[in-house]
Amino acid sequence: MLDELRQVEEEARSSLRVVQSGENLEIWRRRYLGKNGALTEMLRSVGDLPKDERPAFGRAANEAKRGLEEAFQRRADELERQDTERELRGGSVDVTLPGRPIGPGHLHITTQTLRQIYAIFADMGFQVYEAPEVETDELNFGLLNMPPDHPARDMWDTFWVEEGVVMRTHTSPGQIRAMREYCPEPIRVILPGKCYRYEQVSARSEHQFYQVEGLAVGHDIRMTDLIGTLTEFARRFYGGVGRLRMRGSYFPFTEPSIEADIECILCEGLGCRVCKNSGWLEIAGAGMVHPVVLENGGYDPTEWSGFAFGTGVERPAMLKHGIDDIRLFYGNDLRFLRQF
Amino acid sequence: MKVPMSWLEDYIDIDVPVEDLAERMTLAGLEVESIEYVGLPQAELPWDPEKIVVGEVRSVRPHPNADRLVLVEVDYGEPDTEVVVTGAPSLLKRAGEDELHLKVAFAMEGARLYDGHGSGREVLTLGKVKIRGVPSRAMVASEKELGISEEQVDIIYLPEDALVGMPLVEYMGDAILEFDIKGPFAHLNSVIGVAREAAALVDVPLRRDVLEELERHGTELSSEPDYLNLEILDPSLCPRYSAALINDVEVRPSPFWMQLRLRRAGVRPINNIVDVTNYVMLELGQPLHAFDYDLLRSRPGDERPAIIVRRAEPGEQMRTLDGQMRVFDDRMLLITDGGGPVAVAGVMGGEESEVSQETTDVLLEAANFDYLNVRRTSRELGLATESAQRFGRQVDPELTVKAAARAAYLMRDLADGEVAHVMDDLFPGREPRRVVRIQPAHIARILGVEVPTDDIVRILTSLEFEVAESDGDPDTLAVTVPSHRRDVTRPADLVEEVGRIWGYDRFPTTRMRDELPPQRENPRLEGAERVRDLLVGCRLDEVITYSLGSIQDEGRLHPGTPRPDADAYLRLRNPLSSAQDTLRQTLLPSLLETVRQNLRFVDRVALFEIGRIYLPVKGSPLPEEPRRLGIVMTGPREEPSWLQHQDPTLMGFFDLKGVVETLLNGLAVEGAFEPAAQAAFHPGRCAQLTVDGDSIGTVGELHPLVRETFQLPDQPVCVSEIDLDGLLAHCGPPREMAPVSAHPPIYEDLAVVVDEEIPAARVRDLIVEAGAPLLRSVALFDVYRGPQVGAGRKSLAHRLTYQAADRTLTDREVAQVREAIVSQLTRELDATLRG
Ligand SMILES: [Zn+2]
Repeated sequence: MLDELRQVEEEARSSLRVVQSGENLEIWRRRYLGKNGALTEMLRSVGDLPKDERPAFGRAANEAKRGLEEAFQRRADELERQDTERELRGGSVDVTLPGRPIGPGHLHITTQTLRQIYAIFADMGFQVYEAPEVETDELNFGLLNMPPDHPARDMWDTFWVEEGVVMRTHTSPGQIRAMREYCPEPIRVILPGKCYRYEQVSARSEHQFYQVEGLAVGHDIRMTDLIGTLTEFARRFYGGVGRLRMRGSYFPFTEPSIEADIECILCEGLGCRVCKNSGWLEIAGAGMVHPVVLENGGYDPTEWSGFAFGTGVERPAMLKHGIDDIRLFYGNDLRFLRQF
Repeated sequence: MKVPMSWLEDYIDIDVPVEDLAERMTLAGLEVESIEYVGLPQAELPWDPEKIVVGEVRSVRPHPNADRLVLVEVDYGEPDTEVVVTGAPSLLKRAGEDELHLKVAFAMEGARLYDGHGSGREVLTLGKVKIRGVPSRAMVASEKELGISEEQVDIIYLPEDALVGMPLVEYMGDAILEFDIKGPFAHLNSVIGVAREAAALVDVPLRRDVLEELERHGTELSSEPDYLNLEILDPSLCPRYSAALINDVEVRPSPFWMQLRLRRAGVRPINNIVDVTNYVMLELGQPLHAFDYDLLRSRPGDERPAIIVRRAEPGEQMRTLDGQMRVFDDRMLLITDGGGPVAVAGVMGGEESEVSQETTDVLLEAANFDYLNVRRTSRELGLATESAQRFGRQVDPELTVKAAARAAYLMRDLADGEVAHVMDDLFPGREPRRVVRIQPAHIARILGVEVPTDDIVRILTSLEFEVAESDGDPDTLAVTVPSHRRDVTRPADLVEEVGRIWGYDRFPTTRMRDELPPQRENPRLEGAERVRDLLVGCRLDEVITYSLGSIQDEGRLHPGTPRPDADAYLRLRNPLSSAQDTLRQTLLPSLLETVRQNLRFVDRVALFEIGRIYLPVKGSPLPEEPRRLGIVMTGPREEPSWLQHQDPTLMGFFDLKGVVETLLNGLAVEGAFEPAAQAAFHPGRCAQLTVDGDSIGTVGELHPLVRETFQLPDQPVCVSEIDLDGLLAHCGPPREMAPVSAHPPIYEDLAVVVDEEIPAARVRDLIVEAGAPLLRSVALFDVYRGPQVGAGRKSLAHRLTYQAADRTLTDREVAQVREAIVSQLTRELDATLRG
């Protein structure tokens, strides 16, 4: 009897393996596990056995039944999975087709660059301060240590609106405005904005451009702080690969004055067209705020000191993205702007 | 400014490579923009010292087979001479001459030279050739072949002092530094000025001989010499006037060395007298002027010529050296003689008294003029001469006599002149030497670097400052400023000198240890950035256009009406072009122009700009600069893609309104749209945007006529211009949360039929008002016009959602609310319900 049980079980398992559909599976189940199934029949016939064999056979038969029920369930799951997959395969798509265009639009490359600059300086405690674009001669030049007829005024080609009123040639007049507003607090601001120069437009120069000015005023602001701040900015904005150098320069409103250069990121310092073969690219003009300017802002230069710097916006973006013509910025060709 | 190293080396010994020197000068603020090498190994065409040497032509013989060629015998320092075939014009003329001693640049077989007859700069290697049957393996070279000049003229002749056989590169190789001097510093605009800086930087002494000619020759200074009556009538504009007389000069070309130096410095040689004035100006920085002494007139009754420095009479005239007649005003300073003007002080000489080929006696002027006055005169006359530019940067008044002596003795040497023993010198504007006191601690406070006091003293002394301990204060230095440093007046100026010579490359970097200032909120910036993000999220591209436009462009927004009043605008006095001469008062013209240009390449254009406009303010020199937000949208709603090939729907009023609503919603601002009439807009598709009763902008489709004036295609162009600052002013406090109900909502549709004139917003407002508080939301989902609702009526179908926060609503409750809504609509709007 036990042998018979083993045989039925073996047969059931091997036939289950070849079952390929739900219907056949049901037939199988009926055949072995159904009310009149082979195994059920055998369990029913336990009574025919001698008394002492019954418990052993009963255990074996129940075990076999449980085993087959489990096998059935596994096979059923497997078949269902296969069915689902077969079904899905019929609805497959060409995954290489382009997706549905969603947007969004594009921020102007200047805005994106300004935001990067804001973020870097915000981490160092510099907040954005905005100032007018149409300025008095006095703020644009005079209070920045360039009285009328000062030869340094030649450094800026100026649009004149009327006697004493100019389109600001740089963001520096904002220094005076910030100082006069915040005095006697210490200051840490950046001043972004449009500036204007009376200059013929070419691939390298525009009559309208952006600048970001920085100003820190405090009781203990040092030239080494300025160099540290510019170094930090260059490292974060340009990715911190090349060397940086500070060289002496001249601006009427700072003293000492310096310019910061980075090793040309295009030729890695070997010399190319963009860096005019010098291997260096100027990234900022800077210096310690001139005592006359501090005084004009309301700060006593014997107790206060400060630094200021100015950097372009278009030129850094040009370097970063390999843009070779500044006119692209305000020409607003969407085929250009949508690249960023 | 170009400075040849060979010239610089007259004043300092430089033992570092020229590139290192250039780098150190650049770091110290004298930016070397480029180095041009002549013949040196770094040059584009190095002169091989073995193969290109000084040669001497000994004889010239006719070529046996050619008229246009000669055979030249050249001694080049070897035992045997070399015979060279050449066609050089100046040697052709000498065919048959013997016992010559003409020094030339001689190149031997294997030398690399430029092709003298080629069009560009092709390098040739000299080889053995036969020219018309005569072998030749060397040549006498021209400037073009040596790479000194672009034109092929004749071979180069060297002075007699050139040693035969000496490598040419040793004799005249050079490196020319081109400086970009920042700032108005006359003291750096000279070879001696650059040398002084270089000496301080590499710590070597400066040879000052050229500054000391006066002392060397024992020349006397007098305000009353026997050859001139000198008077300064306006000492404030002419602090000093010095003059020297050089007699019996012979005007001729300058010697080779001077011509070479002038050319390398970028100045064209003219004749020995003019060249000396230019040379000394380059060398010392003092502009000089040479008068033909015999053409200067005396005052009536005087024997000697007169020089009177005075302001011009209004309308006074003179012809300047460039042949132009100039008219002066009474603020301009003139040099006059007994008869009238002979020069515009510090700017340009007059034609009449100019040095010419016939000149025998030269009166040399070395004066000092007020720099602001020279700048003004130069600007007013449109004469930006080298002299005016230098005087405009404050020339050292001590230089006049030094430069006059230097030039006079050069004229003696180069023009065989005789220098009058007494120099004329009037110096009414002499100033005491300035002393600036500074503490090393102050230098450390500003720089952040403790430069040892010894180094501070060494640096300042090397720049010719005199440093002493201040009386009774051991911590303070008393620094006497040399006369050439007109720019140094206060301690900060000395801090800079110490910093730049010490070297900024040696400075450590530090982080600010100063107190962090109070951090402030900045709603102005944050608001604008939020607007940008919202609009970019609405698939708009940001543009930035020019602030400068034209009145004509602003007028294009109002076709058929007269041009806007120019007086209502700020306008440039010196515009680059008439298209950009006005400060804009609207963003729309430049945005529409941007759209027009982009439509050539792109179908769907949706863009915005945030920018300032400029509104004049009565009684204030400065305008207001409020910010505007401009939006333009036109073209198909969707970019064509394979997913929706055929959606030709063009963007219209409601596409734009959707963007504006999204913007308002994102800013938590409640806005209202009311029908409006504006000239630039489609009369039936224009809304005024108001917030809390303030009108802050316009939203609509462009009027077809305006569309035409901007050459835009025949399709809706949706345009909005919003007062951004006005909008942001209404940004409310953060929104308060409304609880999300866990109880099920009940939905119901309500089609309200009203008269055509009744705005949809009015219907909606009434529903909301009457349905409160159980009416949770209302959404319009259909607008119907047609026979079923009757003429002049429209049906507005709304989906209403009812919901309570604390319970499930019963049908009875909902019916009551609905009843209230319907009766309100009927009462107020004469509405009926449809279906
Ligand atoms: Zn480069």
